[in-house]
Amino acid sequence: MELSRREDLNRRMLRARDEMDRRYAEPLDIPTLASVAHLSPSQFGRMFKQVYGETPHRYLQRRRIERAMTLLRQTDRAITDIAWDTGFASLGTFSSTFSRIVGHSPTRFRARHAPVAVPSCFIATWTRPRDSRFGEAGAGPRPLASSS
Amino acid sequence: MTNNHITSLNIRSLPVLDQDEALDFYTTHLGFEVRDDIDLGFMRWLTIGVPGQDSSLLLELVGGPQHDESTAAQVRELVTKGALGGLFLLSDDVHATYAALAEAGVEITQEPVQQPYGTDFGIRDPFGNQVRISQPNAASPAEVKDAYENA
Repeated sequence: MELSRREDLNRRMLRARDEMDRRYAEPLDIPTLASVAHLSPSQFGRMFKQVYGETPHRYLQRRRIERAMTLLRQTDRAITDIAWDTGFASLGTFSSTFSRIVGHSPTRFRARHAPVAVPSCFIATWTRPRDSRFGEAGAGPRPLASSS
Repeated sequence: MTNNHITSLNIRSLPVLDQDEALDFYTTHLGFEVRDDIDLGFMRWLTIGVPGQDSSLLLELVGGPQHDESTAAQVRELVTKGALGGLFLLSDDVHATYAALAEAGVEITQEPVQQPYGTDFGIRDPFGNQVRISQPNAASPAEVKDAYENA
């Protein structure tokens, strides 16, 4: 199969994005993701944003918040546990980030949303927050790590 | 509701970037069989299906005359970014399917996860299309709903 340079780059970025989807709860860093894409760390952030229109950090945070929304909606687990399980290192950061992105606190979100019985991958895709401003604080590249 | 006489979903098109590679992937790794492989001159009509099931999948090469060059490039872009839809397949032993695909080096996007409706996992085909493979459990829709509510 002949891929153009752009298409080959897309596929490598897609593998890195899939890695974030799989390992969102872990303290992922740029070198790890860059190795998945066979790029240098310095190239990776720039190339990811070129392909997907957002930084790897912002994508990962949206993924984590989407997963937290699912757990809040479908389980009665403690919010602190959900924060830990979605890669946040503190409850405070989780709550403030969640509120900023979703528009409600985790507690209020849970109270307003009943469980739904459709395939989980569709729920994940369609409930992922879109806020384009999220995760863009600061002009320079940000290290990827567990949110703290 | 108006009776529109539609009886089934017959063929679904899947955009691929190389028909031979697509055919190899879906037959070798996922057990599809060839339904039609016809050189029509203007296109290769290549359909595959799951043995024992009527519906077929058209492995449609991106870039035919229905697309101008720019549109074809855009579709290829979307496929390789994983931005287009995918397939949902069923397995009668999802863990065995997963083990075989992992052993073969297929791109795994999610390991098997137990859900209220069953167990499923995800892979990508060589071009970026998503494929989800699921083994439903015996739960009724009401039981699935209860499982979510009582999780």
